[in-house]
Amino acid sequence: MGELLRDHEEQVVNRWAQSVDAPRDELLELYRAILGAIEQGGGDLADLRGLLTELSRSRARVGYSPAETSKAVFGLKGAFYEIVVADADTEVLRGFIRFARLIDDLGLFTFEAYAEAREKIIMDQAEQLLELSTPVVKLWDGILAVPLIGTLDSARTQVVMEKLLEALVETGAEHAVIDITGVPAVDTQVAQHLLKTVFAARLMGAECVISGIRPQIAHTIVTLGIEFGDIVTKTSLADALAHAFRRSGVQVSGRPATHVTVRAEQA
Amino acid sequence: MTREAVIESSADVVAVRRLVRSAAIEVGLSLIDQTKIITAASELVRNALVYAGRGELRVDVVENGAKRGLRLVVNDEGPGIPDIEQALTDGWTTGTGLGLGLGGSRRLVDEFDLLSKPGQGTTVTVTKWAR
Amino acid sequence: MDRVPILKLGDLLIVSIQVDLDDQSVLVLQEDLAAAVVSRGAKGVIIDISAVEIVDSFTGRMLATIAAMCRMLDAHAVVVGMRPAVAITLVELGLSLGGVRTALDLEKGVALLNHVGGTAR
Repeated sequence: MGELLRDHEEQVVNRWAQSVDAPRDELLELYRAILGAIEQGGGDLADLRGLLTELSRSRARVGYSPAETSKAVFGLKGAFYEIVVADADTEVLRGFIRFARLIDDLGLFTFEAYAEAREKIIMDQAEQLLELSTPVVKLWDGILAVPLIGTLDSARTQVVMEKLLEALVETGAEHAVIDITGVPAVDTQVAQHLLKTVFAARLMGAECVISGIRPQIAHTIVTLGIEFGDIVTKTSLADALAHAFRRSGVQVSGRPATHVTVRAEQA
Repeated sequence: MTREAVIESSADVVAVRRLVRSAAIEVGLSLIDQTKIITAASELVRNALVYAGRGELRVDVVENGAKRGLRLVVNDEGPGIPDIEQALTDGWTTGTGLGLGLGGSRRLVDEFDLLSKPGQGTTVTVTKWAR
Repeated sequence: MDRVPILKLGDLLIVSIQVDLDDQSVLVLQEDLAAAVVSRGAKGVIIDISAVEIVDSFTGRMLATIAAMCRMLDAHAVVVGMRPAVAITLVELGLSLGGVRTALDLEKGVALLNHVGGTAR
């Protein structure tokens, strides 16, 4: 079998490259790896698998479908079959069955590697999205805010929590506003995470206000029986900021239409 | 790699925290997850020390597909826990602690398994996966 | 066993925990601190845990006990510098340290004590 593959290398690879959408160099390299594996008795497939994983990964990244990716491997069967038919020896045909089985396995392996690579891409993107969607902004000296927008899941709320607490240490801010104006719904788990954030901030020596609570959300929270206890909640970010100003001893004065003077008082 | 420790004094509890920390870093747990699993380990081995006078800890790196995690097994040959449900309730204790050790540790990890036979001892297995 | 030094600054006592304490050292610190509050007539106690990487229920309970003890001895206690990871873990553990005053760092802790104690120095 190996002999036949070796003798007709040029012909088979050319035929293969014609039938599938893949660069000839890549296929030749793969062909030689398969040949090597067959000549060694098919025991050690580590190199071959490495090659296929690389092929699947690059294709997953570029956007080929998984079927296209594994078809590239299956295409070798068709290309080689032409040689086998020309030979028409039963021994060779039997060998071809074994060969076909090997190629099937390899094709399925590509499929798996492809799925894995795709999953990794999705995970990376989810992580990037998390980073993007949770900014901690400074509202005033000593006052931070986290404007949350979109659906909150457990993972995202946890990231917010960690980022906010770290920002408290970095900036030395003693007040924080968690604004949920842009959050469509709050479930038990998310509410628990928000509460935990407030408690953790307290342990560190900072006070959190939760703002942007819409009537529906207030209704859900009360219906779910979640105790907010002595945690300060405000309907708007402006109210929360005013509260934080009062607590930190900042006084805002002046005629709103013309100009605003802000004076900080030492606590 | 498996790491093992025997807990016979409160100094050993400190050593366990150090041991679990190095394993947690090796597995790639985030700083917060490191802190959680070390704290859970501290609670569990102290429980073994308080209730059984002596305990053993095994730390293993475990894998599940692409995920890696840390598994701790804390084993003692103490009096055992007659009512597990009750023991996991916050505030419940037969000792002098706060009664947060078991229930609290369960919240700090991803998987929690408690096996106890009265008179024969207790084995707690906890796992934390890297995110 | 590690003994944590207790520093005096005006009518404040300052304790900075720099190493991972075993339970015995934690209990000793608790006793030393109570004795020091009385013998030195301190009005405030600051416990700096910014270097502490792990606070389990035992250490957490010590912090709460110290705060309660200080109140009985007519002093205020503040825990300063708790790390985010430690704070999250304590909340998850179910330890909210109610009754313990906290501040982000030593400086803010001192300011808080001056504020609540109304101590004229």
